[in-house]
Amino acid sequence: MLKLSNIKTYYGNIQALKGVSIEVSEGEIITLIGANGAGKTTTLMSISGIVPPRSGEILFEDTPIHNLPGSDIVALGLSQVPEGRRIFPYLTVAENLDMGAFLRKDTAGIKEDMEYIFDLFPILAERRNQAGGTLSGGEQQMLAISRALMAKPRLLLLDEPSLGLAPLVVKQIFNIIRKINSEHNTTIFLVEQNANMALKIAHRGYVMENGKITLTDTASSLLANDEVRKAYLGI
Amino acid sequence: MATLDEIKKSALASLWFMFLTFPIMVIRVNTVENEIEWRWTNLLFIGIGSFILSFVWRYMIKRKEIGAKEADESTDIKVSLGQRLQEDRRIYMPALVFISICAIAFPFVFSMYQTNIMITALMYVILGLGLNIVVGLAGLLDLGYVAFYAVGAYSYALLNYHWGLGFWTVLPIGAALGALTGIILGFPVLRLRGDYLAIVTLGFGEIIRLILENWNAFSFGPSGIANIPRPGLFGIELSLHQNIIYLYFLMIALTIFTIFVVNRLQASRIGRAWIALREDEIACQAMGVDKTKTKLTAFALGATWAGMGGVVFAAKTTFINPASFTIWESIIILCVVVLGGMGSIIGVIFGAGFLILLPEYLRAVSEYRMLVFGAVLVAMMVFRPGGLISTSRSPYEFEKAENSKRNA
Repeated sequence: MLKLSNIKTYYGNIQALKGVSIEVSEGEIITLIGANGAGKTTTLMSISGIVPPRSGEILFEDTPIHNLPGSDIVALGLSQVPEGRRIFPYLTVAENLDMGAFLRKDTAGIKEDMEYIFDLFPILAERRNQAGGTLSGGEQQMLAISRALMAKPRLLLLDEPSLGLAPLVVKQIFNIIRKINSEHNTTIFLVEQNANMALKIAHRGYVMENGKITLTDTASSLLANDEVRKAYLGI
Repeated sequence: MATLDEIKKSALASLWFMFLTFPIMVIRVNTVENEIEWRWTNLLFIGIGSFILSFVWRYMIKRKEIGAKEADESTDIKVSLGQRLQEDRRIYMPALVFISICAIAFPFVFSMYQTNIMITALMYVILGLGLNIVVGLAGLLDLGYVAFYAVGAYSYALLNYHWGLGFWTVLPIGAALGALTGIILGFPVLRLRGDYLAIVTLGFGEIIRLILENWNAFSFGPSGIANIPRPGLFGIELSLHQNIIYLYFLMIALTIFTIFVVNRLQASRIGRAWIALREDEIACQAMGVDKTKTKLTAFALGATWAGMGGVVFAAKTTFINPASFTIWESIIILCVVVLGGMGSIIGVIFGAGFLILLPEYLRAVSEYRMLVFGAVLVAMMVFRPGGLISTSRSPYEFEKAENSKRNA
């Protein structure tokens, strides 16, 4: 479904990605784990066209997207939950969700999807007319995920959904991610520091170090891998 | 109560003010008789005055802090007076009727001079509402807004001079040319943000003015263009007084039109996209909002109103030259938006009324009017940083709400 081959991305003169190749098939949950500054977020930014790669190729369902502007990429069915949630603090919850459906024109469909979101996260239904900035961290994360879902993506990119959340909330968020994946067959590309949690729900995983993929395997064997356990699980 | 500490603070402040104003308020050099006059009484007045003022100032600040704390502690959303006025139909409808009657009666009750001032104020309402799209909604600080205003004014003056086009023909053309310049300026500068954008737009405004001032063959340079016809009314000859009344009603109509359009824009998806873009660019891009296109629309739409305002300005004054389009003009329009309340339509209207009418009516105390004006601006920004009337948008309503609890 998504294929990155030899992606190289720079911030000015600093090379953040040194030839990253990742493959995601339909219906999978893929996780990308790694330490701070390994290039995980940059990988996501390159995929969604916010920081386009300088060389390499990204294919989304066989369409090259590495030269497309961000808005066209979202239109193809690929949306991102950016790191740190980044909801719009002065727009209400419902308006935030509507922003997620920015490129969609089908009013009826948008309404239906919003109903679905409110079923998924009843707390958001309660707070629909509240400004986004007044939500708690966990609620904001739910809103950020919902907002991305409003674009009806076939591939959902999640950037550190567990960042700064209480363990109980993290568990809830990960359950929802699994639910989205199984109910809608939405492919999920998950970037996480919380390697333990991420590998538990993922099918396959990639390990990233210094802008390169160093290891890739099924999630269960990564969980069992001694090096991964030592470096990322702290066991 | 005033403690020793507070008295000490105020004493220090008054000493400092006495020191600051010493050269201008105390010393007077009499060049005829070659002697220096020491006016010590002035020093005393300043000392006492600033001593008292500093108490008032501190009291106001304290009250404001208490207010902020209360607002933090209470969970329910505090509704400001302006918002209440806008929401409560029982106040809103009669107020609207009252305002319309006043607006209609105004030119017949008051003198031509008053009507003229009002026309100017209305013009700033339109300009303010236009700039409000760029600054208030999209969050792009534009200090060269007057450039688009100049484009509008000169397009009427020149099109009329060369081809004899009338006001009504040029009004849409001026608006379109304004929008076009907005887009032309927008393309190179939209990569910039905040301070950098402000500086570049400032430069752009000056460039336009300098071109108009120096390109004699095109714009007749500093001598300007005179004898621009006033707007026509189906070819009927109007006296000067009638014409001003006509222009007044024309401005009222234009203002209503502007308010209507801006209001619709604010409630639309593109309006929300502007607000979202102001708040978080990366999140917007992740949502598939085309950053460049959205910002360009904001720039172009803002410039459209400036272009229209410019055409009206040229028709009103019948004479334009580059001196009308200095940076000061941009600053005033920006002040209208910021003082009134960024993103708030009613706020901008009040801001324009306040900023344009106040200096006019303060002419009675003409020596000090700019001083008072400045003091009022500073006090406003300290005590009401959100502007006179802060934003109240009509938020996007999600329908089919019957099966869920509404959050009060």
